[in-house]
Amino acid sequence: MTMTLYTSDHEWLAIDGDVATVGITDYAQQQLGDVVFVELPKIGRTLKKAEAAAVVESVKAASDVYAPVSGEVLEVNEALAGEPALINSDAQGQAWFFKIKIADKSELGGLMDEAAYKAHTA
Amino acid sequence: MLARNDQNSLRRTPLYGLHVSLGGKMVPFAGYEMPVQYPAGVLKEHLHTRTAAGLFDVSHMGQIALRPKSGRVEDAAKALERLVPQDIMALAPGRQRYAQFTNEDGGILDDLMVANFGDHLFLVVNAACKAEDEAHLRAHLSDDCTIDSLADRALIALQGPKAEFVLAKFCAEAPSMKFMDAGPHKVDGIECFVSRSGYTGEDGFEISVPAGDAERLAKALLENSDVLPIGLGARDSLRLEAGLCLYGHDIDTTTTPVEAALEWSVQKSRRTGGARAGGFPGAEKILSQFDQGASRRRVGLRAEGRAPVREGAPLFADATSGEPIGKVTSGGFGPSLNAPVAMGYVPTAQSALGTQLFAEVRGQRLALQVAAMPFVKNTYKR
Repeated sequence: MTMTLYTSDHEWLAIDGDVATVGITDYAQQQLGDVVFVELPKIGRTLKKAEAAAVVESVKAASDVYAPVSGEVLEVNEALAGEPALINSDAQGQAWFFKIKIADKSELGGLMDEAAYKAHTA
Repeated sequence: MLARNDQNSLRRTPLYGLHVSLGGKMVPFAGYEMPVQYPAGVLKEHLHTRTAAGLFDVSHMGQIALRPKSGRVEDAAKALERLVPQDIMALAPGRQRYAQFTNEDGGILDDLMVANFGDHLFLVVNAACKAEDEAHLRAHLSDDCTIDSLADRALIALQGPKAEFVLAKFCAEAPSMKFMDAGPHKVDGIECFVSRSGYTGEDGFEISVPAGDAERLAKALLENSDVLPIGLGARDSLRLEAGLCLYGHDIDTTTTPVEAALEWSVQKSRRTGGARAGGFPGAEKILSQFDQGASRRRVGLRAEGRAPVREGAPLFADATSGEPIGKVTSGGFGPSLNAPVAMGYVPTAQSALGTQLFAEVRGQRLALQVAAMPFVKNTYKR
């Protein structure tokens, strides 16, 4: 059973045990517009919570994607590099960015559930 | 995301209501609330303009009539030549030309379009500079000309391969106009100023229309299935692919027309040895750069990878050297090329086509090549 949490910077995390799959929310992709380039973290990199982990670029601008929790990058979604438009079509599904091994579960405490995130973006 | 200013202090163009009704995402730009994109999005808007036609609201730009007190347009042309390095006296009635206001250091105060309407000159200047431009004209040309700000007019651009077909339905003369023809024409029965020009690299028109008729005309043009409304986002990516300068970014008071690779816009008559050589602000510096070259030059840049290289990125001669040699002044993703494109300033020694350079983006050096502009072939009807 996975649980999905959200950050105020518009990342989502699907948590399965001590692994979180991270992406940007549908709200975020709408704000960005057409995504044309994605830069993903290297596998094995240790990220600190709130550190810039990935970059997503639209025609207009570049935006950072922050690590929602600290931990080691286990896997990245290579499909995004070849098809960045996936982020616009399926932000909260196929267009996940990376998987991270959660170093400290207490960091999840500050994140929002779906209802809170909806209120945040309303 | 663009910074949000105090929305209350922002001005609106006569097409504001139309933008909102079309779902335009309004952002502050040059003191106006302007649509950065519509629901189609920047990518589709860009590509649609290159394959069909796009309608742009450019009413934020300044429209100015320069009327000769003598009644002879050549006197207005002669007066304007005191402020620009272009040959305005040779500009025939019904023709338009690209120009720059220069300063005493040879820098560019603004770039503009000048049209000869037979009895006066019609100028289109950048929104962010229009108050300064008007003051500049008044300060220097008031003895010879009256300077009328045409603030009661909107400006609509219709750009793309279907622009002629669409405009012909409303303006019978449109198809016979050539690139840079400009003059008064009726469009859908409205007294307009029409020029065959634009800021996309595509064939197209700019239509100056009385503010009160602007929405009706824009709606009539948009009724054609070939025409989509296009926001500032695609306007920027289109002009970037066309290699056209954006004032305040690619050109400003610190760049001369020669450094900016705009030599083509300075006619021989105003250069050393010409019939009316010099006589504009900064002539000494600009003409010496024509004769001896400038130390730096605006160039086009193509990246080898997919990562966009944006404004402000420092440029380096190689992958490891410490000191930057220049910087990117405009850059992003070119939807028609499906690749990053940029322009920037580099030392003249490194400005030859094919020169390899590196841009620093997020701490990494990305390989670039100096490339010919326009990046996308223009389709002007000459």
